[in-house]
Amino acid sequence: EDLRVDGRGCEDYRCAEVETDVVSNTSGSARVKLGHTDILVGVKAEMGTPKLEKPDEGYLEFFVDCSANATPEFEGRGGEELGTEIANTLYRVFSSENSVDLKSLCINPREHCWVLYVDVLLLECGGNLFDAISIAVKAALFNTRIPKVRVLEDEEGSKEIELSDDPYDCIRLNVDDVPCIVTLSKIGYRHVVDATLQEEACSLASLLISVTSKGALTSMKKVGKGSLDPESIFEMMETGKRVGKSLHIALQKILDEEESLGTSRQKVGFLG
Amino acid sequence: MSDCLDWYKVNKGVQHRLLDQTEWLGRGKMGFGPQKPFSGAEEKGGHGTYVEEEKLIASVAGAVERVNKLVCVKALKTRYNGEVGDIVVGRITERRRSAEDELAMRDYLQEGDLISAEVQSVFSDGAVSLHTRSLKYGKLGQGVLVQVSPSLVKRQKTHFHDLPCGASVILGNNGFIWIYPTPEQKDEEAGGFTTNLEPVPLSDREVISRLRNCIVALVTQKLMLFDTSILYCYEASLPHQIKDILKPEVMEEIVLETRQRLLDLEG
Repeated sequence: EDLRVDGRGCEDYRCAEVETDVVSNTSGSARVKLGHTDILVGVKAEMGTPKLEKPDEGYLEFFVDCSANATPEFEGRGGEELGTEIANTLYRVFSSENSVDLKSLCINPREHCWVLYVDVLLLECGGNLFDAISIAVKAALFNTRIPKVRVLEDEEGSKEIELSDDPYDCIRLNVDDVPCIVTLSKIGYRHVVDATLQEEACSLASLLISVTSKGALTSMKKVGKGSLDPESIFEMMETGKRVGKSLHIALQKILDEEESLGTSRQKVGFLG
Repeated sequence: MSDCLDWYKVNKGVQHRLLDQTEWLGRGKMGFGPQKPFSGAEEKGGHGTYVEEEKLIASVAGAVERVNKLVCVKALKTRYNGEVGDIVVGRITERRRSAEDELAMRDYLQEGDLISAEVQSVFSDGAVSLHTRSLKYGKLGQGVLVQVSPSLVKRQKTHFHDLPCGASVILGNNGFIWIYPTPEQKDEEAGGFTTNLEPVPLSDREVISRLRNCIVALVTQKLMLFDTSILYCYEASLPHQIKDILKPEVMEEIVLETRQRLLDLEG
């Protein structure tokens, strides 16, 4: 009948707050608050050597840190397992070639390229981590500013890399094809989007799908002890695609609005 | 009623002055942490205070209560401190093995059940002894649990309320609030030892969801929870959709209206 405990329908997200550029010494950052779930993502662009099998592309590295503040279970090394699981999921989601234009991250084929280190920090766990993390990653990548570099060649053939003096002279990433994860949790005979902690406790199986803004699926993962019927998997996929597309539209709207406010924007940050 | 007014005004003071560190004069006074010393050589310090350099200083941030010469500070957000006669709602995690179990008590109330009970006695270390010796206590069937800070639950004569909107609510003193559909027959109360697992109709579920969101809204805005405040909040929320109540703008608007109506009630 489409009524959850807090009045939402099965396909409704909780009230979300997204803010970019919250950490000053990163190339890009974003903070997302989805109900009680709080995620902070920072992106740092550093120069590195391209991978051997892809000499003319840069790459992304993901690291997830589950802060002990998030829930008591993360005390000490409790959050490491979850952190590695999330990082591996992010690698899979971004493994598709079209998600991020990696060729634009190349400076000198085989020698220099930009490596984007994406660090995810879980500040509070309130259910539905993967969705919030993927939204934050997309917002942070949108906010990332990579300085423009020029390669100068000497007479002897040695190359020098010159960083532009102007701090505003930078390249931005195209995040149109960056996918977002939608988690569908099966409760009883129906499935819900954006489960709270209590709903997650009642759900035996969930399907994580990553959807691009055009509705294409880049990866799919099933989590949980319970089993899923192939029919319900198909239904969940359709729901996920639908919800994912509207999520992308809403997120892009917010990011564009924030962008248009420019430097006059009042930053809320952490103390607001 | 005057007790209700004290608490209500005190909470209003908290909402607006918590960052101000000024003393708010009214029917309740606010004391803030160790920075606020009291003058007056004859006053004795009660709970939440300590003496330093012949000055009485508050050790917790909260409301000041003065009874003749006794000054106490009651903290705003504490763990639940049990008192005899309190109603609590909770889940059985562990039971003591005693003669009662030999009388097959475990058939009725098992570990993992959600129950309502009354505090029978308090031990010196703060632990409480509960009993369910009346049919109005006991196992709770289908409903929704909301966990709030214990200091926000107002002490009243009764904590079992049947709201006219169609649902009933148990305001546990420990901060656990149970919302459930009002049983139709008079003899079937919430409690007893059997559970009713029939599906709850959609209309009842909508009322319960709305109440749950209203309680969350009141708690976020730090308003005391009692039957009148919950009812007014419910009525103020009717023009909005249930899921919109949790949006910050809507929440503020509803709680403002509730506060206004409660003020009109006293005035």
